Amino acid sequence: MIRKTIIKSTLLVAGFALGMQAQAAPSAEMLSYTCAGCHGTNGASTGDAIPSLAGLSSTYLVDAMKAYKADERDPTIMNRIAKGYSDEQFELMGGFFADQEVHKNRDQSFDAAKAAAGKKLHKKYCDKCHTEAGTVGDDDAGQLSGNAKLFLQYSLADFHDGSRSQEKKMKKKMKKMLKRDKDAFDLIVNYYVSGKK
Amino acid sequence: MSKQNRRSFLKTVGLGTAAATAATYAPFAIGGSGKRVVVVGGGMGGAVAAKYIRMMDKSIDVTLIEANKDYFTGFTSNLVISGQRSLDSIKFGYDGLRGHGVNVVIDKVTDIDANAKSVKTASGQSFAYDRCIVAPGIDFRYDKIDGFNEGVANSKITHAWKAGSQTTMLRDQVHSMKKGGTVVISAPPNPFRCPPGPYERTSQIASYLKQHNPTAKILVLDDKEKFSKFGLFTGGWKKHYGYGTDNSMIEWVKGSAGGKIESLDVGGMTVSGDVDDYKGDVINIIPAQKAGHIAHVAGLTNASGWCPIEGKTFESTIHKNIHVVGDAAIQSPLPKSGYAANSEGKVCAAAVVALLNGQSAPDPSYVNTCYSVIAPGDGISVAMVYAYKDGKIVKIKGSGGLTPSKTFNVKLREREEHYGYSWFDNITNDTFG
Repeated sequence: MIRKTIIKSTLLVAGFALGMQAQAAPSAEMLSYTCAGCHGTNGASTGDAIPSLAGLSSTYLVDAMKAYKADERDPTIMNRIAKGYSDEQFELMGGFFADQEVHKNRDQSFDAAKAAAGKKLHKKYCDKCHTEAGTVGDDDAGQLSGNAKLFLQYSLADFHDGSRSQEKKMKKKMKKMLKRDKDAFDLIVNYYVSGKK
Repeated sequence: MSKQNRRSFLKTVGLGTAAATAATYAPFAIGGSGKRVVVVGGGMGGAVAAKYIRMMDKSIDVTLIEANKDYFTGFTSNLVISGQRSLDSIKFGYDGLRGHGVNVVIDKVTDIDANAKSVKTASGQSFAYDRCIVAPGIDFRYDKIDGFNEGVANSKITHAWKAGSQTTMLRDQVHSMKKGGTVVISAPPNPFRCPPGPYERTSQIASYLKQHNPTAKILVLDDKEKFSKFGLFTGGWKKHYGYGTDNSMIEWVKGSAGGKIESLDVGGMTVSGDVDDYKGDVINIIPAQKAGHIAHVAGLTNASGWCPIEGKTFESTIHKNIHVVGDAAIQSPLPKSGYAANSEGKVCAAAVVALLNGQSAPDPSYVNTCYSVIAPGDGISVAMVYAYKDGKIVKIKGSGGLTPSKTFNVKLREREEHYGYSWFDNITNDTFG
């Protein structure tokens, strides 16, 4: 499906080139290389606040970019950057990053006991959608295991206080999880940061 | 590029060209036959160009020549001055590039012969190229301030605008300054490397002084009437350092109000403009700038002192087959920033790969992002997306801009500080890793 997207947009671009001489049409690589300065080479982030893009599904990345562009997510720098691209260009970038291997940032510290407790919570409340600890792009869910620690914390906080919208079933699960353990966010973040499955 | 081979890259990066056929790159042997690139300068623009050429096409022979065995980033060096970071944390070597198969030569380039397509070094070596990428960064116009020169800068009055020993010298001067002393910072005229840099420096020094020397003052003497992220910086100074009150730690003097500095009296620790003299206990002069030395030697500069280039390929408009990226190039509306150099390096790399393979240069896309830290827990940013249109680099309307500042959003400012630190981790890894 991802490869189809690339072929489709390649044809689209070729069509443009034939039809309109002066129309600039940067390729998927050209567009995606501009992300690497902040998100790491090929989207493999080594930072603890900026998330990796490598291995995300195209659907997930395109949805995120559209939400930023429409100011539907909290105003990070991404809202300002997303406004520089068309939806077709989001598709190209989505295809590029979906083609990369998922990256795990192993340089982050975590508490092993919390990680173990977090693993149980993840299995019970998150694992159905974020399969294999959230390391499978094909499930169209965000990367969890090995992603940037602060980004995971920010995301959970934003889902929780409603500044980032979430699917109904996720909201329900999150509520249940917090009811069982009020420190659940801290525990699952430690689990994800551990990079273990 | 995992999951993707060179061939599919060449096909996609060269979109819209009919020449992207196997025949264009099949016949060449490895290196030595029309695919040699020499990169002059291993800073943000040069290093990333060398790495990405190798990522895109391993059949291209890339040599990078750099005078120093380590590079210290200009960005984030202000946090070394405030003591938040060590100098080691902004130091990068070239083993990462060697790992990509770049031939790294530590030597000083003394001449680039555009006709002979050859680069000469101080140790007497000579390197032939098919395309050369020149990324020499900046040099200073010491002559704009009477009494200031390289010797003075190395012994007493820092510029600290090329990071390294200058950075720690300024740090040590600020940290050992007498109680209630004054730090004078002279900010340069446009265009210069890192437009928000002098004001982040002011903020970081203020952050240090607020804790360790709270009666001290910082006097910023500016050549200009306004500066980058003006509202965000001055707003932050108000919040953290009493800016605008009688008790402000920071005073900023614009050019027309006497901020323009013309001379330095080292013995008297005084700088003078045409209106006033200013005495400092620590003086930091960020001088006016021009393209790095080798760009002038190679005849790549015009009357402005910078290097005119073509924005799709970054090829010099003066000498064919030589490209100039980073601060030395006239790349406006892209700023002279580390991120812009990173973006330019990749656009140039893609162009060089395509051209060496007999294709036309692909359509570019460029981004700039830049974070500054005003105080602990207070980060700000600016961003912009650029395209190439009708032969020029243009800003994409509606994109980019500054951290929203209508209200002081605590959550956002805290996060932007941390995004800034991640930015540092990733851009340095993208360049040197």
